[in-house]
Amino acid sequence: MAEKTYLQAISDGLREEMRRDKRVFVIGEDVGVYGGAFKVTLGFQEEFGAWRVIDAPLSETAIVGGCTGAAIMGMRPVAEMQFADFISCAWDQLVTVAAKQRWRAGTPVPITVRLPSGGGFSGGPFHSQNPESSFAHIPGLKVICPATPEDAKGLLASAIQDPNPCLYFEHKHLYRRIKAEVPDERYETPFGKARVHQEGDDLSVITWGAMVYTAEEAAQQLDADGVSVEILDLRTLVPWDKQAVLESARKTSKVLVLHEDTHTGGFGGEIAATIAEEAFEDLDAPVKRITAPDTPVPFSPHLEKAFIPQVENVVAGLRDLAEY
Amino acid sequence: MATETAVDVVMPQMGVSVSEGTVTKWLKSEGEQVEADEALLEISTDKVDTEVPSPASGTLTQILVQEGETVDVGTKLAQIGGAPGANGQAQTASPEPATAQAAAESADASGAEGETATAELVEEARSAEPEPTAAVPVSDGATDGKSFVSPVVARIASEHGVDPSQVQGSGRGGRVTKKDILNFIEEGAPAAAPAAPAAPAAPAAPAAPAAQPAETPAAPAPPTLAPPPPQPIAAEAGEQFEPMTAMRRGIAEHMRRSLDTSAHVTSAIEVDMSRVVAIRKKLKQEYEKDYGVNPTYLSFVARATVETLRDYPWINGEIRGEQIVTRNYVNLGFAVELADGKGLIVPVLKHAEGLNLLGIARGVTDIAQRARDKKLTPDEVQGGTFTITNPGGYGTFHGTPVISQPQAAILGTYAVVKRPWVIQDDRGEDVIAIRPIMNLTLTYDHRLVDGALAGRFLRDLREKLQTWDESAY
Repeated sequence: MAEKTYLQAISDGLREEMRRDKRVFVIGEDVGVYGGAFKVTLGFQEEFGAWRVIDAPLSETAIVGGCTGAAIMGMRPVAEMQFADFISCAWDQLVTVAAKQRWRAGTPVPITVRLPSGGGFSGGPFHSQNPESSFAHIPGLKVICPATPEDAKGLLASAIQDPNPCLYFEHKHLYRRIKAEVPDERYETPFGKARVHQEGDDLSVITWGAMVYTAEEAAQQLDADGVSVEILDLRTLVPWDKQAVLESARKTSKVLVLHEDTHTGGFGGEIAATIAEEAFEDLDAPVKRITAPDTPVPFSPHLEKAFIPQVENVVAGLRDLAEY
Repeated sequence: MATETAVDVVMPQMGVSVSEGTVTKWLKSEGEQVEADEALLEISTDKVDTEVPSPASGTLTQILVQEGETVDVGTKLAQIGGAPGANGQAQTASPEPATAQAAAESADASGAEGETATAELVEEARSAEPEPTAAVPVSDGATDGKSFVSPVVARIASEHGVDPSQVQGSGRGGRVTKKDILNFIEEGAPAAAPAAPAAPAAPAAPAAPAAQPAETPAAPAPPTLAPPPPQPIAAEAGEQFEPMTAMRRGIAEHMRRSLDTSAHVTSAIEVDMSRVVAIRKKLKQEYEKDYGVNPTYLSFVARATVETLRDYPWINGEIRGEQIVTRNYVNLGFAVELADGKGLIVPVLKHAEGLNLLGIARGVTDIAQRARDKKLTPDEVQGGTFTITNPGGYGTFHGTPVISQPQAAILGTYAVVKRPWVIQDDRGEDVIAIRPIMNLTLTYDHRLVDGALAGRFLRDLREKLQTWDESAY
């Protein structure tokens, strides 16, 4: 065990997969000589060579399309989008080709697309989005959103070894802020199993990614009020751990769904609807959602703060639920 | 209380779950003088039959509810003192046993009738506005958030037979939260469903503990027991109709509910009562002479049962929600047939674990007598943890009683019969002897009590009876 940043855990995990599996290669803009926009693949080209750490042209379509072809031919490509926002350019390759290939032709498409996502650093509308729910809606894609260094490494290993196209959302705000113990050996963190970030009896927060920490800070304030909050980190949205969510809902009967993505059509709606459908008789309050509003991500620091759910917003939401 | 002021006599609340009562007999007639606390009338409810003492001294000015009529709790039955019909000035006074009914007076105005005629109530409330007649101010609580029952609260309420309106709400606007109702149940909520006192085949002690007047002073009347079904227009040839009493309706509801709740299974065992018969013969004279108490076989069985239950807490237990309740005490219910042969009540001997054979014999005699004399208090038919029914007096040797909810089991005792019995003689050889044999049955809730557990319980109980240890009991 060693203490590592979230970013270091991703980097180490990727390196480990490349060392043990010759089919794994990396492709993306500036991932080779420069070591990636966020330096996840720093030193990779020296170790693995230019044919396994490929600097791609500025074409997300080409990157994902190339990965899809290589995967069909038996490789395990890992694509890097410089920012998750850019994936819209690769939409057609991902949604029309990669996600459908297995249904159409029976061939697996084991690609992993790494997506540095999320805001909190004034990145503006094109470098701060959280487009996970758009892809959660596409059958055939898996959606992964690690929140801790340990999960970042384990879920990446699982994604690379999974036979389906996996979208791996790594939250930029966590890259160097979050540090924690990461096991030295290789391990795979299974998909579809939520992690209890903290146990509680009175209220449940269902969340993922960077919002896990926002929820944690908010929960500390509620704890001072004598209200105990359970925080469930979903880890993966496709597949998502319905069972764990329903269990927590049944336990506390008051649920807050929290995400950094915008409101309408956000994955929180799916969770809230599922709770209403399957745990209706266990609810003691309406399921509450705290999300970003339905606007592009603002550039101004003040506006961005108003846009991304803050600790005080979550505290207010939790208090409202507690008092209901 | 001064006779000048008119005092109302109202139908008392005999336990939280009781919502109505029948006037069975007026002991005083209009114009007669009555002293405070003097028995004024007799009432019958589905829990208990009792006398109602006068709340004040004075003249019984007016009787408003005649014998045989059934009215809701809180209904004015009569007036003492004042001028007849001087309603407006009447001071409401509760007869002794009624502790929580005063507030029910205001229930008419605050909608305790239920949801039947909201519009009418609103209409009435409007027209009544200028001249409020209720002695207690009408609460506007009905309009706040308390009326909303969340899905989980509704589910818990129905699972536990609790009326959410009896729970103090801590949520927004006084709404009852999940925690509120769970706490309420944990603290021993009185069941809202009317609990029957007993039934012929299967006596049943009501589940609810005594009313908690201090906590629920303003509780609206609990939902009323289903009214008697409308009578068919005419009896078929050769048939006769007879109205169902409150007790009979209570028994009917409880029996049905018990069978719908518990998984009833009965196991039986034969007990050689030779030793008990011999000891009883010896003790009978002594007990009757010294204490005026008859040590019945039932007392022996009860004493041995209490002792055996110590080792079988689940049989003395209860399923409450997701929890199994066990206790360090035994409140023993006894089925007592009422003198008129129409109904049966289950008085409870509280803390029977602290009573020896004499104490149990005396307790059983006392409560049985008072049950027949209709002198039981509501508290004495509540809180049972285990019940014994004794239909053996008529010679029956087996039965399958119904469990008194929410208990886990009921013991049936049957006739002591002389039977040819295989025993071993001094040389260890089998011989046939004449022995007094009693069958015992344990009917248990198979959800909680496994067959093997019930079997071991009966085996241990038989062992205690067959080897009765005089010094220990």
